[in-house]
Amino acid sequence: MSYEEGSGVWILAEQENGEIHSVSYELLGRGKELSENLNTELCSLFLTPDSQNAEELIYRGSDKVYLMEDENFDRPDEILYKKNIERLVEEKKPEIILVGATNFGRSLAPRLAASLETGLTADCTGLEIDEEEDFVQIRPAFTGNILAHIYTDRSPKISTVRYKEFKEAERNKNREGEIITLEPIIEDNKENSSIMEIISPEEEINLEDAEIVVSVGQGLKDPEDLGLIKDLANSFEGVLGASRPLVDEGWISREHQVGYSGKRVKPRLYIACGISGAPQHLAGMKESDIIVAINTDPSAPIFNYADYGVVGDMYDVIPELVKQLSKD
Amino acid sequence: MPDLKLVVPIKQVPDIENVRFDEEEGRIDRSSAETETNPFDLNALEEAVKLKEKFGGEVITLSMGPSQAKSTLRNSLARGADQAILLSGSGFAGADTWSTSYTLASAIKKIGDFDLIFCGEKTVDGDTGQVGPEIAELLDIPHVSFVSKIRERNNDNLIVETDLWDKIYVKKLVFPGLVTVTKDVNEPRLPTLKDKMKAKKAEIDEWGPGVLKDYGNEDNFGYLGSPTAVDKVEVPEEEVRKGEIFRDKPSESARKLVSRLKDRGLGR
Repeated sequence: MSYEEGSGVWILAEQENGEIHSVSYELLGRGKELSENLNTELCSLFLTPDSQNAEELIYRGSDKVYLMEDENFDRPDEILYKKNIERLVEEKKPEIILVGATNFGRSLAPRLAASLETGLTADCTGLEIDEEEDFVQIRPAFTGNILAHIYTDRSPKISTVRYKEFKEAERNKNREGEIITLEPIIEDNKENSSIMEIISPEEEINLEDAEIVVSVGQGLKDPEDLGLIKDLANSFEGVLGASRPLVDEGWISREHQVGYSGKRVKPRLYIACGISGAPQHLAGMKESDIIVAINTDPSAPIFNYADYGVVGDMYDVIPELVKQLSKD
Repeated sequence: MPDLKLVVPIKQVPDIENVRFDEEEGRIDRSSAETETNPFDLNALEEAVKLKEKFGGEVITLSMGPSQAKSTLRNSLARGADQAILLSGSGFAGADTWSTSYTLASAIKKIGDFDLIFCGEKTVDGDTGQVGPEIAELLDIPHVSFVSKIRERNNDNLIVETDLWDKIYVKKLVFPGLVTVTKDVNEPRLPTLKDKMKAKKAEIDEWGPGVLKDYGNEDNFGYLGSPTAVDKVEVPEEEVRKGEIFRDKPSESARKLVSRLKDRGLGR
């Protein structure tokens, strides 16, 4: 049940096998500023099969860590997580809860908000406290074309927060805080929804965390020619990305897809090879630090978003780039 | 195997490629573009229709919106839905995600006795992706989000694949349950002209707030039932970069580009 007003800023420390996802440190970074503005405490919720990283949440700025340890938390089970978080929320009444906008966070947070009968603002890119000490959540909508400023008139106010939008909280091993261990409610709801199998991807690629991404689009004439793009990616020790049409063609697996319906990336360097720059692709990469476009069509929209552009055929330009890069 | 009763909530959205945004007023000019069915909802509908074709049963689509949203519901009938319901009335207007989920959940309670609800991953306008899981919570049923593949249907459950934590999780979802699907789940078929003509004449049921009063608390509908409100909308100026463009022969362009990147600490 929602309530009029609470106190405390909470973040959900998302983990996999006890390893904390780095979006959680970003939540602590922003959460610290919010809690200082509101003169309240910053708490982490840590539901995990392995508690050994709980101290890490203190080093990163938590005043308190609410720890629930149970082997069942190794499963991304929305109902199990929701029940345990909800019980604690009803008891402690926080004002704000921040959840990383990972796939699991975006699947869990709505259940929590629906059950608590409160507002949830999805995929926030800005979180502020205004002059009246009200919490403002800022989020892109309309496929990233507008930014909406949203207020919630009940508590807790819940946000899912986009990855890589805020700076990670600094780590300080001398910080002190309290770890409060709680007994989780473990109910067997495996009957209703259970995990049958977990398949790891054939190749480990981590587009979202890559420093350099080299992507290819419909300028590619044949899947055999992917080697050319891979060579360029290798020259930068970068990761290979692609636009949706190539994934739809089955030329490359969807783990590589950058864009609105794929991964959103924000690397130091993004090289778009033979990508014209459809809005859906731009939504996934236009916030990269440096953007390079290689395209035969000088009027391709991608050039409007590029820091450096090469008008030319990528089949001619890329081998030259690889050659230049291999020189000392 | 028993046949299936499938519910698909759908939304009418502006054509996102063409809709204009008034930067000074900070608002969306909805009259500037045609409307269409939210593209992700077409994947949800296609999957439901495929299951119906295989196992028998019925597909019911549901949309909350003004009477113009009937065209979206007609489109769903042309694409294989058997019944379409419009939730319309001033009492529903201005709903945020929680209130929208509550209203849809109330309508689904009235429909009753369903096996599965199929939702798109998100809408291209609201972009929140949370109405699906919220409906599941309000109906107290399990859900699986971001389903990229439906593997099989068993007597009382569905086996699906979902992307979580950079892996594929194969999950069993027992009926009644809800899935949200990604664009990878299928390629929606186009309706035939004959189906379109038939859908033109079909009846669309209309339910107002009063019809749902035994299934939900009217105080939770619409603007007044919404915990969140949009205070203002910014139309960020399109970030155009003052790109340096090289149009030399490939070796020369490549040399210049590599030198610029090296100056910025990139490349060996």
